[in-house]
Amino acid sequence: MSLIPMEYYLILSAFMFCVGVAGVLIRRNAIVVFMCIELMLNSANLTLVTFSSYLGNSIGQVFVFFVMTVAAAEAAVGLAIIIAIFRNKKTVNIDEINIFKW
Amino acid sequence: MNVQIILFIVLASVAAITSVAMITRKNPVICAVFLVLNFFSLAGLYLLLNAQFIAVVQVIVYAGAIMVLFLFVLMLLNTETEHKLFADKRAIKFFAILISAFVFVQVAYLIFHGSPSRTLTPDEAASVKAGTIQAIGEQLYTNYIIPFEVAGFLLLAATIGAMVLAKKKFE
Repeated sequence: MSLIPMEYYLILSAFMFCVGVAGVLIRRNAIVVFMCIELMLNSANLTLVTFSSYLGNSIGQVFVFFVMTVAAAEAAVGLAIIIAIFRNKKTVNIDEINIFKW
Repeated sequence: MNVQIILFIVLASVAAITSVAMITRKNPVICAVFLVLNFFSLAGLYLLLNAQFIAVVQVIVYAGAIMVLFLFVLMLLNTETEHKLFADKRAIKFFAILISAFVFVQVAYLIFHGSPSRTLTPDEAASVKAGTIQAIGEQLYTNYIIPFEVAGFLLLAATIGAMVLAKKKFE
């Protein structure tokens, strides 16, 4: 662990976060947008674990545990919402789901 | 070269390549499979960081439960591939890549400029101890007992909410 500088992990995490942001902006499939959000949550988790490990303090990993809990809840509710939308509009294309847009 | 450095290079490049492949493939099922690969390489990185409990939970919860849910919904909805959507959105694509590249350059500059490893002296023994399930459980059941209970309540609420939302009619 100590052979690898901490910055490498942080750069990887930043890269994955930015790829997730680009994916949310580029993709039009609501489920794939959700997967990109999971990617961003995971990159934040990597940062938390990196700091926790290099500081020798387990509180960062407790926080990762809570992030995973929230991600699981978010995935369940989000996919249920997507199913409900698909039942009404017969599409998961987020350009066509625009009744809240003006 | 040390085996740790080789493992880091392999796992980090797998994580980076699969994340890029995930947002560029057109078929959503292939995207999901790339995301599973990404989660597995992240679990390996957690093991390199001595976070054994988080690595196991990553594989069980993320690569197992959450991605099964995603693939289940993907195959249930039988969505069309995005061929026609990918072709005519060049401006959005360009600006999305521009914005995320800009953010990445800023964050990378800050990371190398601040260089946190200069002020931190990593302690291998403390790090190994911090990653064990014993240390995390001690924190969870003493200092973080209320957030832990709230997380359980959140999962209950999400379960009920998902069932209500996915049901056909309300009556």
